[in-house]
Amino acid sequence: METANAVQKPIKLLYFAWLRSRIGLAEEEVVLPAEVRDVASLIAWMKGRGPAYAKALENEAVVKVAVNQEFARADHPLRPGDEIALFPPVTGG
Amino acid sequence: MTVRVQREDFDVGAELEGLTRGNTGIGGVASFLGLVRDMAGGEPIRSMTLEHYPGMTERQLAAIEAEARQRWPLDACLIIHRYGRLEPGDRIVFVATASAHRAAALEACEFLIDWLKTRAPFWKFEETPQGGRWVEAREEDDVAAARWGTRDGEPDGLDP
Repeated sequence: METANAVQKPIKLLYFAWLRSRIGLAEEEVVLPAEVRDVASLIAWMKGRGPAYAKALENEAVVKVAVNQEFARADHPLRPGDEIALFPPVTGG
Repeated sequence: MTVRVQREDFDVGAELEGLTRGNTGIGGVASFLGLVRDMAGGEPIRSMTLEHYPGMTERQLAAIEAEARQRWPLDACLIIHRYGRLEPGDRIVFVATASAHRAAALEACEFLIDWLKTRAPFWKFEETPQGGRWVEAREEDDVAAARWGTRDGEPDGLDP
């Protein structure tokens, strides 16, 4: 039965390249706190999740974000169930 | 019309042959082949390992290709990008475009590789005698990509 405190659907976080090695994970699922509504507030919240996150995300200029596999800006809104990837500037080709 | 992301090598001659087969309206083919160099920043490279974001990679490459087809009258288009561990001399990426006339093929080919370098989610890890390191993005690549403008309706500042 649904209640006011029903478990919220998590988001999926993916990490690539040196962000993956610094955070120590390739992916994880988390339930976002209510104050996390967009990309900027996600990064701010993640920095408080532990020293590895704080260190990996310290220079935000080199942290790119994709939401549901499209590049996203700081004000891009987030919703439960989103796939959110954090990675350094791309170096393919 | 074709995007392939693969670990395996590819045959350039066979790919070019396949690109134009059956279409005698094509008057010119342009292509770019990217290889692993043996030196970077004055240091010898033992290997280069490419990581990518499965799903987003294919999606971004398809979007880049669609953009090229909207801008130029292309009869055929091919993007192949490898991932995994490569060694100096190995092929990394191949872009080929075909059109009735050379200008469209040449310009579209240059556009595709410029946008691919800044928008497709690949990352290179180099191994040198001193150890391994992630390759840093180059500002020249951003400049090269920016001269083609942005996608219609794409907000400014979204440049990846």
